[in-house]
Amino acid sequence: MNEQSVGIRIEDLHLSFGDTKVLTGIDMEIRAGEFFAFLGPSGSGKSTLLRAIAGFGPAPRGRILIGGRDVAGLPPWKRDVGMVFQSYALWPHLSVRRNVAFGLEERRVPRRQIGPKVEAALDLVGLLPLADRMPSQLSGGQQQRVALARTVAIEPKVLLLDEPLSNLDAGLRVQTRRELLALQRKLGLTTIFVTHDQEEANTTSDRMAVLDAGVIQQIGTPQALYDRPVNRFVARFLGTANILQGEGTREGFRLPGGATLALTAPPGPRDIVLRPQAIRIGPVEPASRDRLPGVVRHREFLGSQVRYFVDAADTQLVVDTLHIATRPMLEPGAAVSLAVDPEAVVVLEESGGRAPI
Amino acid sequence: MTVTTVSIRPRLPRLSRPSALAVIGILIAAFLMMFLILPVIQVIYVAFLDPRSGALTLDNFSDFFASPLFRESFWNSLYVAAMSVVFATLIALPLAYLTTRFDFAGSAVIQSLGIIPLIMPPFVGAVAMQLLFGRNGTVNLLLNDWFGFKIPFMEGLNGVIFVESIHYFPFILINLSASLRNIDRSMEEAAQNLGASGMRLFRRIVFPLAMPGYIAGAALVFIKVFDDLGTPLMLNVKAMLAPQAYMRITGVGINDPMGYVISFILIAFSVLSLWLSFLVMRGRDYATVQKGGGGLARRQLSPWERVAAWVVILVILGLVLAPHIGLMLLSFGTIWSFSPLPDAFTLKHYGTVFSQAGQYITNTLLYAGGAALIDILIGTAVAYIVLRTGLPGRRWLDYLSTAALAVPGVVLGIGYLRMFHGVHLPGVGPLASWWVMIMIALAIRRLPYALRACMAALQQVSLSLEEAAENLGASKARSIRRIVVPLMTGGILAGFVTSFATAAVELSATIMLVSGERDAPLSYGIYLFMQSPSGRGAGAALGIIAVIIVALATYISQRVIERDSHLRGARPTGSH
Repeated sequence: MNEQSVGIRIEDLHLSFGDTKVLTGIDMEIRAGEFFAFLGPSGSGKSTLLRAIAGFGPAPRGRILIGGRDVAGLPPWKRDVGMVFQSYALWPHLSVRRNVAFGLEERRVPRRQIGPKVEAALDLVGLLPLADRMPSQLSGGQQQRVALARTVAIEPKVLLLDEPLSNLDAGLRVQTRRELLALQRKLGLTTIFVTHDQEEANTTSDRMAVLDAGVIQQIGTPQALYDRPVNRFVARFLGTANILQGEGTREGFRLPGGATLALTAPPGPRDIVLRPQAIRIGPVEPASRDRLPGVVRHREFLGSQVRYFVDAADTQLVVDTLHIATRPMLEPGAAVSLAVDPEAVVVLEESGGRAPI
Repeated sequence: MTVTTVSIRPRLPRLSRPSALAVIGILIAAFLMMFLILPVIQVIYVAFLDPRSGALTLDNFSDFFASPLFRESFWNSLYVAAMSVVFATLIALPLAYLTTRFDFAGSAVIQSLGIIPLIMPPFVGAVAMQLLFGRNGTVNLLLNDWFGFKIPFMEGLNGVIFVESIHYFPFILINLSASLRNIDRSMEEAAQNLGASGMRLFRRIVFPLAMPGYIAGAALVFIKVFDDLGTPLMLNVKAMLAPQAYMRITGVGINDPMGYVISFILIAFSVLSLWLSFLVMRGRDYATVQKGGGGLARRQLSPWERVAAWVVILVILGLVLAPHIGLMLLSFGTIWSFSPLPDAFTLKHYGTVFSQAGQYITNTLLYAGGAALIDILIGTAVAYIVLRTGLPGRRWLDYLSTAALAVPGVVLGIGYLRMFHGVHLPGVGPLASWWVMIMIALAIRRLPYALRACMAALQQVSLSLEEAAENLGASKARSIRRIVVPLMTGGILAGFVTSFATAAVELSATIMLVSGERDAPLSYGIYLFMQSPSGRGAGAALGIIAVIIVALATYISQRVIERDSHLRGARPTGSH
């Protein structure tokens, strides 16, 4: 529907509710046609940022450029951004067809064109046969598609999705996120997707911004953020992370407890991130560089993996191993030796600053 | 004040002794049959009965519509009820919109505006309104002096419409504000996102979503006005249905069929408007299915808009307080006639009241207190049986208790007169004129409200709290007594006080059943005093006393509800 997709640029955006700062110094650029996720825990400001782009909530300070035009001073009805609400916000007194027609009527689209456009939008989400139902007669998943059809019917410049999957049950969620992505690719619409679920963000988005406490922590592709987090928050929020405090020395990275990893780190106290699957667990071997002695404290069987909680390096490390039916599992109390691949270790910067994109 | 049947479906507890609750349920059902259903059926039956031959007939209805006076009364009642809805809407709509849509300091004033008229029934202030707004009342005298014209506020039916609409608009205000407040904010935002704003947004999205609340309030106003007996009587408007029914039964006699025909019409219209509002609302209880952020987005008013808003509010506030101010002036005034204010002020009316009318006050406390007690006993039992047991027919107990909503007070009174006419109880005398009948009639009329209060209170008590008691060894009866009832206390108390306050000023059933001054309550006393110009001062003083009693009771129930919800808020186990 949209031949010309546009980019979004946010410059030095600040926003407060009364005296409470909710967003601080937001700077980002979302490319035309990109599927972009805002990821963060509740209260991180991700929904507030999305709503600010749509023009809802208190007026922010800073600039919001959509396709080069600053929309920060415009009322919501003049911004040309389509938003799908978390609650879907289908009007219960209007049929599906009239819900979808609403935006076109408000835009004074000639009456002759409204019918075909409504049907095209409903067809796109596969709900044309239900056009004359009332919203209360639809399932949650169907309501969500109507909300989507209602929004894309007006051919907005950008599409904003506020936790669109959170009101669906688990099975439907996976299917719907694939459909959402397929639809976005088909329309080529620049899309922002707000979620607190890292799996949703990972599986759908081209790039994402991780927010915490109203500040962007890091922006990048899902893989880049997982593999190269810049701070503890990003490392923890995207998957399980062992974070160890140690010290960079001339010989390598010295861990508490004495072992030293062969990796180059700037001198001084540092944090490093070890993903659970980057640690190999094995029988006791003579301690050497890159090997840590440890004792299994607890075991969780996760199906495809077995997760061990191992006391080592004066802390407890989480270690994942592939589960193979013929391989016996280690018992709690077993003395083990942990091997760390220096390549897989991420040395964090000292503060929670932003990484280059 | 909509009648929602509660749809929580509890798993059926295995009652060790279902018999105790079942017996209570059957006793309540018998009581309701005796004092609500049978009298009403009796009234309807007599409406279709030939008074001479005793055969079923429609002749009474053709007689009714053949009479010009009855035809006029019928149309007058419809007209007055419909116009009262129109004027009540004109008052309530701007107030509801202001409080819910704008950040406005006057919202608190509007909230209290919603309660003030309800603490005084319209008939009490009707005479005072005549003195303020009548042809030679304060306002018209001043208008005539300054501008040389008068406005016929109180002429004939106008007076009834005027008095009723400023008393009953809160029903629309409360329901409409609740609907507006419950509209999910994203409903409005989604419309803005798709390009709607201003009046179009209001007309296409906001108002349709608030419609159910408006209809509920409007239907209530219609019924209340249509059934009201006191106000037209006070204003000396006889050509309306309720006054005609009263006059036929008390004047012509208990066997005159016209009173029953009118009763049938009153019931038919009550049922019809409740049913219509139910039809409109069915499947449209939008508020409860929406989730997400609550309430419309609030906007700041510009300085000019704020001035305009305050003017609107102050005008309405003046109207709402007019009956109270008028009543106050009347009760302290010496002579008030053809002058803007009474000639002088005196305390002698209050002296008259306390020396002559003490029995009115004690009777009221007795009747209203007894009625409220009956209400909460039945209300608590029915609430428990309906919500927490699997007794067969428990829904019917709910319907029976709620049915009184559709029965006008006049009709209930006529039903009692007819049914207990000629029944003599040893030691009591004629049953129909026994004061206990007044108390029972009041209890029946207020039961629907008390029952809702008890049900709401019970729903606040999680089933697991009761189960925990049973698990620790308490029997069903003991866990109800030690856990459920104490936790319901706040709600039950609020139900008691509300029933008491509204019963204390009821007139329509009371006026039918009062047999003599000795047994009369306040409302009837006010009516008697107000009949003669010389008694108005004392009548007004009695009215002021009634208002104080009701206001005090309302204040206490508010405090109880607040304190209760405060306590509840501190508990982590909120169950809804």
